Amino acid sequence: MSNATLTARVADAEIGRRPEEIVNDFSIQVATVNGSGSQSANSVLMRSIFLMGVPVSGKNIFPSNIAGLPTWFTIRANKDGYTARRKEVDICIAMNPETAREDVLKARPGAAIIYEESFNLSSLRSDVFFYPVPFAKLAAQATTEPKLRKLLVNMIYVGVASHLLGVGRDEVVAAIQKQFKSKAKAVDLNIKAVDLGIDYARAQLLKKDPFQIQRMNKTADKIIIDGNSAAALGAMFGGCTVVTWYPITPSSSLCETMIEYFSQYRIDPKTGKATFAIVQAEDELAALGMVIGAGWAGARAMTATSGPGLSLMAEFAGLAYFTEIPAVVWDIQRVGPSTGLPTRTSQGDVTAAFYLSHGDTKHIILLPGSVKECFEFAGAALDLAERFQTIVFVLSDLDLGMNNWMSDRFDYPRKPLDRGKVLSKEDLERLGKFERYLDVDGDGIPFRTLPGTPHPLAAYFTRGSGHNERAGYSERPEDYQNLVDRLARKHETAKQFIPKPVIDIQPQASVGIIAYGTTDWAILESRDQLRNEKKIETSYLRLRSLPFTGDVAEFVTRHERVYVVEQNRDGQLADLIRLEVGPHSPRIRKVLHYSGLPIDARTVTEMIAAAETAARKEQ
Amino acid sequence: MSSAPSSGGVLKANRLGLPMAEYKGLDSTLCAGCGHDGITSQIVKAFFEYGVEPYRVAKFSGIGCSSKTPAYFIGNSHGFNAVHGRMPAVATGAMLANRTLLSIGVSGDGDTASIGIGQFVHLLRRNIPLIYIIENNGVYGLTKGQFSATADVGSKLKNGIVNELPPIDCCVLGIELGCSYVARSFAGDPKQLVPLIKGAIAHKGTALLDVISPCVTFNNHEGSTKSFKYAKEHEELLHEIGFVPFFEQIQTDYPEGTVKEVELHDGSHLRMRKLDRDYDPTNKPQALQLIRKSHEDGELLTGLLFYDGEKKDFIEEINMIEEPLATLPDERVRPSEQALNEIMEEFR
Repeated sequence: MSNATLTARVADAEIGRRPEEIVNDFSIQVATVNGSGSQSANSVLMRSIFLMGVPVSGKNIFPSNIAGLPTWFTIRANKDGYTARRKEVDICIAMNPETAREDVLKARPGAAIIYEESFNLSSLRSDVFFYPVPFAKLAAQATTEPKLRKLLVNMIYVGVASHLLGVGRDEVVAAIQKQFKSKAKAVDLNIKAVDLGIDYARAQLLKKDPFQIQRMNKTADKIIIDGNSAAALGAMFGGCTVVTWYPITPSSSLCETMIEYFSQYRIDPKTGKATFAIVQAEDELAALGMVIGAGWAGARAMTATSGPGLSLMAEFAGLAYFTEIPAVVWDIQRVGPSTGLPTRTSQGDVTAAFYLSHGDTKHIILLPGSVKECFEFAGAALDLAERFQTIVFVLSDLDLGMNNWMSDRFDYPRKPLDRGKVLSKEDLERLGKFERYLDVDGDGIPFRTLPGTPHPLAAYFTRGSGHNERAGYSERPEDYQNLVDRLARKHETAKQFIPKPVIDIQPQASVGIIAYGTTDWAILESRDQLRNEKKIETSYLRLRSLPFTGDVAEFVTRHERVYVVEQNRDGQLADLIRLEVGPHSPRIRKVLHYSGLPIDARTVTEMIAAAETAARKEQ
Repeated sequence: MSSAPSSGGVLKANRLGLPMAEYKGLDSTLCAGCGHDGITSQIVKAFFEYGVEPYRVAKFSGIGCSSKTPAYFIGNSHGFNAVHGRMPAVATGAMLANRTLLSIGVSGDGDTASIGIGQFVHLLRRNIPLIYIIENNGVYGLTKGQFSATADVGSKLKNGIVNELPPIDCCVLGIELGCSYVARSFAGDPKQLVPLIKGAIAHKGTALLDVISPCVTFNNHEGSTKSFKYAKEHEELLHEIGFVPFFEQIQTDYPEGTVKEVELHDGSHLRMRKLDRDYDPTNKPQALQLIRKSHEDGELLTGLLFYDGEKKDFIEEINMIEEPLATLPDERVRPSEQALNEIMEEFR
């Protein structure tokens, strides 16, 4: 939007005339108090827009607190399918007296402000549209129960907002039915509250702001899901059998969702017994220890954690690497170091995870960028762990894991599970020989046997201390070097198996962008902004795993400047890429966003545009 | 390795037709005369006499002298020497993956009660099917003689430092936290230890054996309360009543309620006092009371201290199927396409 139209709109607001319509392209921010039960209402509002066929995303900006502190839920509706966070607030629903003034002041000029009448906010600004609503009074009409009243207030603002935005009542009702499923009483009560809001808005509020939802057909085959649920489902359909976890935000919901779905879909029909074990461990050390024990004994095992848990897992990570035991760790990254900001998002664990443990270690890392990839990589991680007999990390983040993302439906996995190189009793009989750490195939991956294999050749001794090819204890210099060199070879082999980067080369572009994970959503939008507004054409490589394949170096050498965009202070991935591309490292530029809020396109666009202007001046 | 005295007639082969040699492992690299080697011998003997298929056994340990010993018994079984103090988690995971394994973990007092106390207590709480042997010498051998958390008040290191901190009694912890088989014994007492290990093999939940195992190098001197001399003078034995049906063979050669001198493998004599037949190892308060009294008397109370044969183990508790999870075929661990469609519909 140009400055001229913005000024015009502000002027319109001031004189009370209706500006030109903005259809299916805005963000809503609902400000409430944590623990007030607004989550269902916000989901209903988001889903009702989704049911109108308009692409949406929903992000919860919440405190590390059970009740009482401020929380914000942002919904972005965008006809072009941009669902990254948008910095500007177009519609502000101010329900929290603590933050209401600040919320109003932060909204962009021309914004619509729906608020509790008694907050008296209308004198704060003259360049926004105010919609005062006596929420408390309306709720009191609907029920005499004080506790219920509080909850109904939330659904009343859904009614008011849906009316002002032009979201159909049918869609809101359908969203409520979805939210409360078979609880008929809750459905009725919530519809009643929504109608109170609609009726009030219809009778008392004159629509003056430009924001509109109009029906589209862009969500017909889509789903809305959070990344943790997607990962849980992916693991279930990926044949995961042992899950251990220790509660930590933002990863807990991954394992809790697993409990929910495994209890439904992974019960043996004949015996009524579980084909899985899910154990809440005493800490993250134990969680990974159990995964390693299970992986050693042949299970497809995983755990999920976040930064502090990852730190605790360092010693065991080295054990899994050195003894070659399959294990999968999901790290739903949050802001660190230390406790950091437990409820805010980050991509700050890349270096830590890649090298986790003392000594020479490097791991396979998967970097899902979408909920669909969370689903797919959950199975892939288990396959890779068994194929490479090693620990595999999957780095998601709070934004991906806990927020709501629109996605295509997940595809049913048809590839058989990859159980890796495991020798059975029959194999041993046939081979007449077994050496646990011998590189038989030249790919760095040895064969293993599972405990319980009824053959005298099967047994071997696993130890985190030095060992030779026959798994015997060894401190011999040549045995140690032989072992760690083979581990490095195995790491090389992995490059052929891990998810390849997604690359979009624009032949005339001298500028490249590298990003990964949730940053992708901002890049998708930013590349269009750079092209349309700044006349900067870009190529793009979205990294989906580590170690680097040759594609990364090739991409870097094709472009004069490569902006590595990520959500941490130090540019962790950029540094890894610099090591990888050696002499070409001066081409690497860092574009960093690390406030704890999800990265937005505008920030990326402005930073790259400014850097490009400077770089072109130099030339 | 010191040779254990036999408990009865010498078997050439067990019920599986396997000789004792099948239950041995590599040669020990521990100090000559180490109590741990005695325990290894009793493990070999117990598994041999019981007739366990070697391939069914999974051996676990953490780090330390004790944790080296799984390499020294049942060579034809899988073993896992994990990280310091974290063996319980690794063993737990393995049992989840394959519940048909017979698991034995060997740990030390440092590995269990110092660095490993966190995982140890949760192992006990869960009642994971695992034989857990603590080779308890109250000292760190591998790092050359520092105190562990089981060192008694007043015990003295070679350099003269005296321990003033109270020791952790792992058996008391076990009884308090729901472990269903809790025993204490002495490395130099095969007659007691072999049947206790056999009982542990037969038991379905966690079987905890706290075995006092003097360190010949760092803790076997006058000032130590876990020296051979001290242990032999202060050991008080419980008779293993109520526990007989779980053994295939129990050799007892002295009557209840009497005191007997027993010759140990190194030729010395141990004064054992057997409690009367009416000692009931299922009586939790009584067990705790007797242990406390033994602390007050400066004695080692040995034998099966507590037993609960009814308690569900963790595998039963979480309702796992009978087959090992590890080897379930794809179709049993991947729900149908229809299931995915059903779930996708929920997210519409």
